[in-house]
Amino acid sequence: MKKLIANREIDVNEEGYLLDFKQWDREICECIAGECNVVMTEKHWEVIAYLQDKHHKEEPLSIRGIKRSGVINIKEFYNLFPGGPLKKSTLIAGIPKPKSCI
Amino acid sequence: MSGTKVKKMLFILSKGTIENAYAAFVMANGARMEGIEAEIFFTFFGLEAIQKKKLEHMHVATVGNPAMHIPTMLGGLPGVEALATKMMKKEMEKLDMPPIGEFLEILSDSGCKLWGCKLAIDMFHLEQEDLIEELDGILTIGDFYNRADQEGTHLLFI
Repeated sequence: MKKLIANREIDVNEEGYLLDFKQWDREICECIAGECNVVMTEKHWEVIAYLQDKHHKEEPLSIRGIKRSGVINIKEFYNLFPGGPLKKSTLIAGIPKPKSCI
Repeated sequence: MSGTKVKKMLFILSKGTIENAYAAFVMANGARMEGIEAEIFFTFFGLEAIQKKKLEHMHVATVGNPAMHIPTMLGGLPGVEALATKMMKKEMEKLDMPPIGEFLEILSDSGCKLWGCKLAIDMFHLEQEDLIEELDGILTIGDFYNRADQEGTHLLFI
């Protein structure tokens, strides 16, 4: 389906996750973050870059991976993306929602 | 974004086998990851999971467990339980499931509250220093019920 984000038509799935990463940019990112009540800071951008890098290397994301990332610890991660951190951060990063239970 | 009516999950872990501990941990972590509050109350044999010296030595039960698909008498032989546990841990590691101690750290950092049961701790003569640092406190069951303080709270006994 199409969704109007930052006055552009973007392809998303029924949960709002981007289907084509090429459509993602900082403007789109900030719009989605706003919908999640997240105001992007330097730290947010750093985490988003880490998640995208992992996704592009086809490495699965997990909360344990966040703990080991060296980019952010779990407490900060929950603070930056309240209400389901991995779900929200991947939505904002324009990558698919992780399928893992852990 | 999410349509769930579950707002808070309260778990009581009463068993000391590794599969039951993981059941509680995976569900509690899964709740936090969905933005749902989670708390675990460790009682009776579930206390094995929060004792510093015991938590990394939890085993899967090979006796009286039909799902193991080995004869009960074999399951009781020395070393069988340890071997089955080792095999299970290897499979878990492949799926990036953390060991018990690390899982407790993750849960605590994720905002999941961890409570010890006062009655069971007294019964097993445990002291504060026997228990993990991440423990948020020692409660009676009444105190734990009082944690169910909002609509959409669910309580699960494992």
